[in-house]
Amino acid sequence: MTNDRDTGKATHGPWWSTSGLVGLAGLFPLLAVSRSFATGLALGIASLAVLCTSNVLVAGLAGSIPSRLRVPAFLVLIAALVTAVDLLFQAHWFALYDQVGLFVPLIVTNGLIVARAEAVAAHRGWWRALLDGLVYGAGFTLLLSGLGAVRELLAPALLVAALPAGALFLLAALLALRQAWLHGRRSP
Amino acid sequence: MSTLGAGQPPILPEPGRARAVAGLAALLLVVVLVVGGAWRNTRHVIADHADRGVLTEIAAVLPAGLYDNSPARDLVQLDTGGGQPVPVHRARRNGRPVAAAVTVVTPDGYAGPIRLLVGISTDGRVLGVRVQAHTETPGIGAAVAADDSPVLAGLVGRSLADPPEARWTVRNDGGEFDAIAGATVSSRAVIGGVRRAVQYFTTHKDEIFALPTAVAGQ
Repeated sequence: MTNDRDTGKATHGPWWSTSGLVGLAGLFPLLAVSRSFATGLALGIASLAVLCTSNVLVAGLAGSIPSRLRVPAFLVLIAALVTAVDLLFQAHWFALYDQVGLFVPLIVTNGLIVARAEAVAAHRGWWRALLDGLVYGAGFTLLLSGLGAVRELLAPALLVAALPAGALFLLAALLALRQAWLHGRRSP
Repeated sequence: MSTLGAGQPPILPEPGRARAVAGLAALLLVVVLVVGGAWRNTRHVIADHADRGVLTEIAAVLPAGLYDNSPARDLVQLDTGGGQPVPVHRARRNGRPVAAAVTVVTPDGYAGPIRLLVGISTDGRVLGVRVQAHTETPGIGAAVAADDSPVLAGLVGRSLADPPEARWTVRNDGGEFDAIAGATVSSRAVIGGVRRAVQYFTTHKDEIFALPTAVAGQ
């Protein structure tokens, strides 16, 4: 399967670049966080903010950081940004923080952000990195909140949708739909 | 480069060293500015939230009008030998002890520990119970923590004499309390936690009220 994940193209829009579907790199936080539309959206937006700022800062700093230290350096930077987002979240959206606060620090473990820093931001100008962060962040937010909305709607009727396993099943269903759609387009 | 193939390459090649040091220093500066800035701008708001949170929680388990002090600030941290200190908020009226809001963590939830805040009067009656933190299954065990939870409501007004201690559990175990259907384990854990809180408080209330306040109002 060919995709534009590693070449850094951000031209295909959220559906194509939604990392959860294409790369599966952002799978981990999906499970716990996509319990409802609001929590999915909140974590999506938090990830978007971290992704954009980390991409811009990485674009500015990468040239001066030795390549072997790049990944640990990016991780430190991302952890700092996540800490800041966590504090801002806690201060300004306290009601929501009550529900999702536990998961905000886990954004650090989202491979998507390091992957974008390494693949794109480190080699492009800051505006290109920002654009990339916006596109990927928006795709991720769309996926998290969409999954949350579907799980919220299904939960009263279908218990499994409320459980963490429900996120896996729904993600699998989304992947299957996407594959079917791609397949249908290739072979008439 | 002339050193190519001559054993281990240096960690940082000489010409890039100054630049690398500058880059890492810049990174460190960014990290300090980001975290420090966010902390400076949010710490007061966050502390306010925490204070307000404690006030709401206490108001949920201690009836207003019962006390005239500020239980949120009249706090002691007890060492009950369980590792974690147990926070107890003391309510007084005209300086005399009337009740306390005791935090208990019960380890035997279905999916992990459940943290409860239990309001207990000095005569040993449960005034109110709130689940502060839990990881019970959404839609099943989590129902014990709901605001309209029948398990929590069923505990209000009870004491160690009513029912007798042996019957302080769910009906399935020969007790007096209704469990939530499908959530017997969670219900049992909550009821057991409240019982232990009442037992602890009634045994130790004199010492608890004699202790100096742990948080001087800052």
